[in-house]
Amino acid sequence: MIRLRRLWALVRKEMVQIVRDPSSIVIALVLPVVLLLLFGYGVSLDARHVAVAVVVPEPTQRTASLVTAFANSPYFEVEELRDRRPAEDGLVSGRYRGVVVVADDFDAQASRGLDAPIQVLLDGTDANTARLVKGYAEGVWAKWLGYEARDRGAALAVPVNAETRVWFNEALESRNFLVPGLIAINMTLVGTILTALVVAREWERGTMEAMIATPVGRLELLAGKVIPYFVLGMGGMALSVAIALILFQVPMRGSFWVLTVVSALFLVGALNLGLLISTVAKNQFVAGQIAIVAAFLPAFMLSGFVFEPSSMPLWIEALSHIVAARYFVTCLQTIFMAGDVWSVILPNAGALLLIALVLALVTLKRTRKSLE
Amino acid sequence: MDALVRLDDVRKSFGATRAVDGVCASVPVGRVTGLVGADGAGKTTLLRLMAGLLAPDGGTVSASDALGYMPQRFGLYEDLTVAENLSLYADLRGLAPAEQGDTFARLLSFSGLAGFETRLAGKLSGGMKQKLGLACALVATPRLLLLDEPSVGVDPVSRRELWRMVHELADQGVAVVWSTAYLDEAERCHSVLLLDQGRLIYDGPPKDLTQRMRGRSFAVRGIMDRRVVQAAARRHVGVADALIQGAAVRLVLAEGAAVPAAAELGAPQAVVEPVAPRFEDAFIALLDRHGGPVPALPEIVHHPRPRGGAVVEARDLVRRFGDFTAVDHVGFDVAPGEIFGLLGPNGAGKSTTFRMLCGLMEPSSGVARVAGIDLASAAPEAKQRLGYMSQKFSLYPDLSVRQNLDFFAGVYGLSGARRKAVCGAMLDVFALGPMADTNAGQLPLGFKQRLALAAAILHGPDILFLDEPTSGVDPLVRREFWGHINTLAGDGVAVLVTTHFLDEAEYCDRIGIVYRGRLIAVGSPEEIKASARNPEQPDPTLEDAFIALVEACDREERS
Repeated sequence: MIRLRRLWALVRKEMVQIVRDPSSIVIALVLPVVLLLLFGYGVSLDARHVAVAVVVPEPTQRTASLVTAFANSPYFEVEELRDRRPAEDGLVSGRYRGVVVVADDFDAQASRGLDAPIQVLLDGTDANTARLVKGYAEGVWAKWLGYEARDRGAALAVPVNAETRVWFNEALESRNFLVPGLIAINMTLVGTILTALVVAREWERGTMEAMIATPVGRLELLAGKVIPYFVLGMGGMALSVAIALILFQVPMRGSFWVLTVVSALFLVGALNLGLLISTVAKNQFVAGQIAIVAAFLPAFMLSGFVFEPSSMPLWIEALSHIVAARYFVTCLQTIFMAGDVWSVILPNAGALLLIALVLALVTLKRTRKSLE
Repeated sequence: MDALVRLDDVRKSFGATRAVDGVCASVPVGRVTGLVGADGAGKTTLLRLMAGLLAPDGGTVSASDALGYMPQRFGLYEDLTVAENLSLYADLRGLAPAEQGDTFARLLSFSGLAGFETRLAGKLSGGMKQKLGLACALVATPRLLLLDEPSVGVDPVSRRELWRMVHELADQGVAVVWSTAYLDEAERCHSVLLLDQGRLIYDGPPKDLTQRMRGRSFAVRGIMDRRVVQAAARRHVGVADALIQGAAVRLVLAEGAAVPAAAELGAPQAVVEPVAPRFEDAFIALLDRHGGPVPALPEIVHHPRPRGGAVVEARDLVRRFGDFTAVDHVGFDVAPGEIFGLLGPNGAGKSTTFRMLCGLMEPSSGVARVAGIDLASAAPEAKQRLGYMSQKFSLYPDLSVRQNLDFFAGVYGLSGARRKAVCGAMLDVFALGPMADTNAGQLPLGFKQRLALAAAILHGPDILFLDEPTSGVDPLVRREFWGHINTLAGDGVAVLVTTHFLDEAEYCDRIGIVYRGRLIAVGSPEEIKASARNPEQPDPTLEDAFIALVEACDREERS
């Protein structure tokens, strides 16, 4: 049974602790902001000013125009070389992310109206950047061929790879796609890690033992944790959304009430996962480790925040279906970028509700008013 | 008499350990019942069973619902103020808001915390925390009050006040259960439940148990060398226990044994006179776990050292942490063959002083020298001559007992047959043989401490640093420990020891009392006691003297 005065006493106690102990504020409000700024500004899926060497063994006017085309691209920092050897060395040492080699008979072939071949060498250790460089290089080359053909008043029979354009579009929008995902990560932090840690802290400091010895019921004990951290989590959510909309200019095409409902569903599930972890882990270190492995990493890796689950091996993709963050990320990306698309939001919100209910029931069952 | 707790054949096991093993007892109203026993005897488990925090494996526990429970660490929220803690527990225990104001005022004045309402619980001293913990447990006026080791980490002054408060509550009709490992506290209870390895070995007034020892407790006075007399007494068949107490040696005779003559104790000029028995005498006699004679320490450890000037020197030591001065101009010497004890409440600066002397921490100013070498400038050869046993268990929990000894012998440069011989001898001396292949982390606390001491002395140090070496071990193991320490001191080893057991301080040749970072008194136990002698207290104990010194220090501070 819940007695309101006892519950209120617990909630008030927790609130006072949140205000006085800077570590929960750091996790709930500062860390999300830092992550958002870091990912919003620092990490993007496009590349700019990538160091590239262009090897031109025999410079002519035509090759010079090609090099200029590369140099004018915002994506490349170009260094023109005569010899292939130092370019390759530079690729090995990491000085260049890519090397564009212009063929010896480039000019001759081009003027004969044949192919004007270039070779692109890529540093495959960073596959993502390599793909980008390849795309951009192809783009620059195709564009240059187009100009060249127009100058000569002839159509050039080079297939222009339309796919390269995708990279460009993507680069423009990667932030819009990352920021909603990040919000899900932030909510996981506040929900799971913070609750797991604060309950473990009560075990460590012996206050949980004193609590259990009072007439407080387990429902009150759980609700006394869920309510304050729900408020804190929604606060963190509001802060993240504000940063996303104001600072990063992410579009908001859906409605705020849908966003609020979906976030609340996810947060309740995350809070219960944290409480469940704390029934097993009774010190902060272990609780933190379990929360990172059970909640943070799956939210990061399997939610579709950065890595698309459908491109994962089948069994890992199957695993991602029990990660609540996956449904939340889908909802958020839809609400921000597409709008209230009910055919997407309803099933995903349903999954979130189901996960929250299951976790709440298991947590209630696992919580005992006893030290064992 | 009305009982608020009834225990009937209560059993509780954790894995293979029988924490509580068939206890039958009851707790009457209006009395202070002591739950007494060494660490690991089952006190906390029994209290938790009474509080309903654990369910028994067998038997029945019935306890009053109107209970207040104070766990070992008081159960306070350190981020909450004194008033907030009180009102939290008042709300949780269903005290009507209209009554809260009066109740708080009464509890605050009762616990001496009036005026501290807005201070954070985390910023209170150990003694004040404990009083607040007590106040929180009392907030809904319980009929049954369960206190789990309330006096641990609390200075003697606060401890005395707490006893006064608890007796006041008992007079008002509250049934109080006070668990403790300090045997001197047992004598302050109306009734005692004595636990040993989960079993109840005595249930009744402490006096009745102590009275059984009448005619068996003696003091040997007027002796030259206390340790010689103690060692001789230990070898004597009629003596069950021999303990140094200041300048005298206290004897407890075996049942029916004749009083030994002074000459038999190696001190013909001494006087053997009867003294009042103590609870501890009875406890030791009751436990009766005396094994055979303890084997001698191996020669590498047990050999005479050169005597001479001080080998441990603290000169004007100061250590600051920010604007807090943890150690404030502390200075003393320890000579070879001397046992010097640092005594003081938690947080007084004992451990910090200790760490500076061991070279584990750099002093803010002043000099700490060991064997003539400033350890802060890190001299490995000085550390070779030094043995250190830290307060926390600092051996490798995942290595076996033998591997730990072997490792520490290796660290100190022992190899081959010598290493083997020393490790073997240590296993024998400390009775670790049967568990040589057990992982150290799995040992019971008493054995962990034995292993820690073995590892600290196996290289035959000339200087021994022991930080709370006997905290958490039962009185029998403590005696064994001090036996070894005395042997080493007899060889000329300089021993620096910190302790919070006041009776242990009596074993020291000299003690220094540390309070609020300052050394407020240095001298032999007899000198310290004499300093507190006045018409009101003609024969003060060390605790009386300690309290008098601390109070004088506080008065000085205030004026």
